[in-house]
Amino acid sequence: MSAPPAAPPAAWGDRVLPRLFVSRVATMCLVELQKLRHDRSELVTRAIQPALWLLVFGETFTRLRVIPTGSLPYLDYLAPGILAQSALFVSIFYGIQIIWERDAGVLSKLLVTPTPRAALVAGKAFAAGVRAVLQALVVLVLSALLGVGLTANPLRLLTVLLVVVVGSAFFCCLSITIAGLVLTRERLMGIGQAITMPLFFASNALYPVQLMPGWLQVINHVNPLSYEVDALRGLLIGTPATLPLDLAVLVGAAALGVGVAAALLPRLAR
Amino acid sequence: MNAVSCTGVRHSFGRTVAVDDLDLEVAPGEVFGLLGPNGAGKTTTIRMITTLLPAPPGAIRVFGTDVAREKLAVRRLVGYVPQQLSADATLTGRENVALFARLFDVPRAARAEQVGSVLDAVGLLEVADRQAATYSGGMIRRLELAQALVSTPRLLVLDEPTIGLDPIARAGVWERIGQVRADTGMTVLVTTHHMAEAEQNCDRIALMHRGRITAIGSPAELRAEVGEHASLEDVFRARTGGDLTEDTSKGIRDVRATRRTARRLG
Repeated sequence: MSAPPAAPPAAWGDRVLPRLFVSRVATMCLVELQKLRHDRSELVTRAIQPALWLLVFGETFTRLRVIPTGSLPYLDYLAPGILAQSALFVSIFYGIQIIWERDAGVLSKLLVTPTPRAALVAGKAFAAGVRAVLQALVVLVLSALLGVGLTANPLRLLTVLLVVVVGSAFFCCLSITIAGLVLTRERLMGIGQAITMPLFFASNALYPVQLMPGWLQVINHVNPLSYEVDALRGLLIGTPATLPLDLAVLVGAAALGVGVAAALLPRLAR
Repeated sequence: MNAVSCTGVRHSFGRTVAVDDLDLEVAPGEVFGLLGPNGAGKTTTIRMITTLLPAPPGAIRVFGTDVAREKLAVRRLVGYVPQQLSADATLTGRENVALFARLFDVPRAARAEQVGSVLDAVGLLEVADRQAATYSGGMIRRLELAQALVSTPRLLVLDEPTIGLDPIARAGVWERIGQVRADTGMTVLVTTHHMAEAEQNCDRIALMHRGRITAIGSPAELRAEVGEHASLEDVFRARTGGDLTEDTSKGIRDVRATRRTARRLG
């Protein structure tokens, strides 16, 4: 039997905080990709729901022409909303993974590594973003196959992936925050299901904001999903969008989410 | 300088006092056992030492570093194995260990060799590229040992490392711990409620009961206090009036969780 070295070289621990942060986020994203490499079934099963939305809901409402989208076919209008919805569904249940990791002792081990709590949460959040990006690519391919007029500009497509990552990071942090408050898988499942569809329906994913009643428009304005959809629609389809505002809201929400979730993480470790 | 030094440590969960005015010193290089029944305060003590639970400033030091003020520095000194069988079943053994090598900033150039070295040290090198879901409970525990050792910690903290394992797997885990300690001189702090394991494998033992240390010393010293043929169980009974199988935690949530995890990981 060979033995590990007797003492850690001093140079192993000399990373400054920003590098430490980036390193931890990269590590968590890598682990997520490793998990996906071992089990790709989730990518397939999660593709069914957006495919149904696009094929059944999108195709039908395109023919019905009951939702006014100007000269834009309804399917083109809908596709970015369904992309955002897919990313939301991937990330909003990430808190369940944290609770599972707590129950299995994995979270304790992670918390005893030299990783600041915020870096751990950010790592998890961006790992959710990585998973959501793969899901988004599936939806983009589906949309292209259905004839949605997507942009071919590589810079715009890269920005789309960035928006998906940051949006997913926020919803992942929201999920971890709820996990830190409710502490059990069952309660988190219930709350997750209770907020997912309201987030979706109180956004501009399915219909223009102008069609909403006034009270719903107010909710829409504080719903980060709306800013994500607005950015995605502007980038992919070319509709008028407030991209700087959308990105600022998403980045700000994600940063706030990391802070709040990190503050609640010790509750899960106790 | 002591590997671990605790002075007047106290921790409560609501009205329940889990650790009560605990003083403890663990010398560098020794295998130190915290022995006591469920609910004695063993896990709470090591969760404070490993920064998982808050500690008052100055109350707990690991190799002279204050766990309250310098958490990240303390975590760099510590390798931790929790009670539950906690490997990620979807990753391979090698990926599980590499994750912790990255989290402890083992440089890329040295990482693969270091990961291979610790997997070899725990006897898992040949199965390193299999998913952890295919490992037995004993193999998972050895994998966790590799995760804890990959950063070459100065203090290895093991919380009930053999709980839920069969006798052969338990012996295997202790063999690896003993070998690593012999090869590296690492300090080992371990909790257990198995008397025989503590007696065979620990240099010194602290008997814990209801959050307090009731006796401390080498197994031979502790037995000598009670009588020539006394066991650690006799020592514990003489000191506390209770026995090591009693449960003062009003529940066996952790034990149940461990068994569930063991079943899940196969």
